[in-house]
Amino acid sequence: MGRYFLRRLLIAIPSLLGISLVLFAVLALAPGDPFEELATNPNVPAEVRANLRAQFGLDDPVAIRYVRWFTAMTKGDWGFSFVSRVDVDQLILQRLPTTLLVIGSSQLLALLIALPIGVYAATRPYSLFDQIANTFAFIGFSLPTFFTGILFILIFSITLDWLPFIYRADISATGWHWYWEHFKQALMPVAVLGLFQGASWTRYVRSAVLDVIRLDYVTTARSKGLGEITVVVKHVVRNALIPVVTLVALQMPAIFGGAIVTEQIFRVPGIGSLLISSILANDTPVIMAVTFVFSCLVILFNLLADVLYGWLDPRISYR
Amino acid sequence: MAGSTLASPTGSIGSRAANRVSPGAEAWRRFRRHRLALAGALILVVIVLAVVLGPLLWAVPINEIDFSAKLQGMSWSHPLGTDDLGQDLLARMLYGGRISLAVGFAAMLIAIVVGTLVGAIAGISRGSIDAALMWLTDLFLSLPQLPLLLLIIYLFRDTLKALVGPEVGVFILVVAVIGCFRWMPVARLVRAQFLSLREKEFVEAARALGATTTRQVVRHILPNSLGPVIVAGTIDVAAAIIAESTLSFLGLGFPPDVPTWGRLLYDAKDYLDIAPHWALFPGSAIFFAVLSINFIGDGLRDALDPRKVM
Repeated sequence: MGRYFLRRLLIAIPSLLGISLVLFAVLALAPGDPFEELATNPNVPAEVRANLRAQFGLDDPVAIRYVRWFTAMTKGDWGFSFVSRVDVDQLILQRLPTTLLVIGSSQLLALLIALPIGVYAATRPYSLFDQIANTFAFIGFSLPTFFTGILFILIFSITLDWLPFIYRADISATGWHWYWEHFKQALMPVAVLGLFQGASWTRYVRSAVLDVIRLDYVTTARSKGLGEITVVVKHVVRNALIPVVTLVALQMPAIFGGAIVTEQIFRVPGIGSLLISSILANDTPVIMAVTFVFSCLVILFNLLADVLYGWLDPRISYR
Repeated sequence: MAGSTLASPTGSIGSRAANRVSPGAEAWRRFRRHRLALAGALILVVIVLAVVLGPLLWAVPINEIDFSAKLQGMSWSHPLGTDDLGQDLLARMLYGGRISLAVGFAAMLIAIVVGTLVGAIAGISRGSIDAALMWLTDLFLSLPQLPLLLLIIYLFRDTLKALVGPEVGVFILVVAVIGCFRWMPVARLVRAQFLSLREKEFVEAARALGATTTRQVVRHILPNSLGPVIVAGTIDVAAAIIAESTLSFLGLGFPPDVPTWGRLLYDAKDYLDIAPHWALFPGSAIFFAVLSINFIGDGLRDALDPRKVM
């Protein structure tokens, strides 16, 4: 298992390099100049601008700029925010836990929805339950997250007045009350993301279980006299989860996309809303760093999926 | 073999010869069996007809500002109400729907063309080209799409706007970028189809008859691998509509004077408490368009899969 993990880690490095190359290419190909604003500012003399350009290395050849940029990025030296006048890594580290908390709990919710419903629907294919679950799954992943978010705000915040629709990091309450307030404000963003993911995962789980449940080894397990629950949970689900993990890993980039939208709707102070606000404020270092962090997160979660594979199917890790 | 043919009633052979159906008619017969897909097709036709013909019938200008009628609910003069400037929402939605749907279909076309090209080249050429193209596909699959989409639009928007005008510039950018981030599943599907099809007997026969590689691909392999591509393309239309709406909803898509459905939602989200209709109508439009397209995709998957008995 350790060697397997190490091998996957080594495979992840070229993809990190590739992603950083794409990111840098986009930045280098882009027209315009990060110091354009200074050019229109009459208070900044031309020499100061030229000095700044030299300091940031904007006049060097592209290859050197890439190497320097990549080493700086991997060292966590992400530069200085033009707008909030703070180091970018500090800004991101402040906001990353919130994003991870929201994404993590929404994935948990999606799993709690998709696994039981998908498995139950697959054990009774084309029954009434299956058809209802299927229709709801279709509705669930056809509802874009931004519209679900608005619907939730309309229903739960404005009409019923149960939940706050703005996420606040600075809640003054203490003790249990503090946890309760946090739970209440996180409920809607987590539900929006979790329901969307849960809907598509339900379909994956259902079709994967359907593929497995008719195989001979399941019949063998039944004929040994095992109970139906043991057969489904221990024999069917574990094998059915392998393709599901693949599909979930492929969806990881889309999950982060959904997180950006959700953070923007509910004003969650995570790195997604940081990305949008820095785009609106032309804060290039922050934009680059956040995109880089998202790329690293995608690779990290793919690595996690690989580890899960090794656990689900020991043959993979012994290869 | 001969015995079994004789044993079966001869009538069935005769009727089979009489009702020979083309693949298209057969697919349509199978598609009709999927009731939700049929309903989806109906809804989509209604939406397309509405956005194509609607602006001709409902000839209210989309940018006529009337402060005396701002934030109104549904009424006879404004069937879907008005926004904060008193602009008619029905007219804006009909016009915006054109753009949303056009973006969806155009991005789908790009995704399919690029994906088929990459998948076909990878599938027909073995060795290093195949490996390199598949590495590229996997790389694109693990890119964080929305952040990159936002980054590209942020960096290139102003130049394109200056080059071809704000509307066309954003349209080209949004379509190209969405299309370029959606081709990977198509490429994988086409490659998988090519890998199995190129070893099939009918391709071998064509090769034995001296067909060039191009002819083998264009005449024999490609037409037989299009089923999954059509399904993936259908789903791509829905995904592209969502992607465009997401961009507009974040305020980074089309300019405010182009009321796509996502842009309408973006403008409406600050008035949820006093004018919920403003957000509900465009949101439902996106939802119904996407839902119907997804159902059509599901129906096509059943209809175009020859292994599935229906």
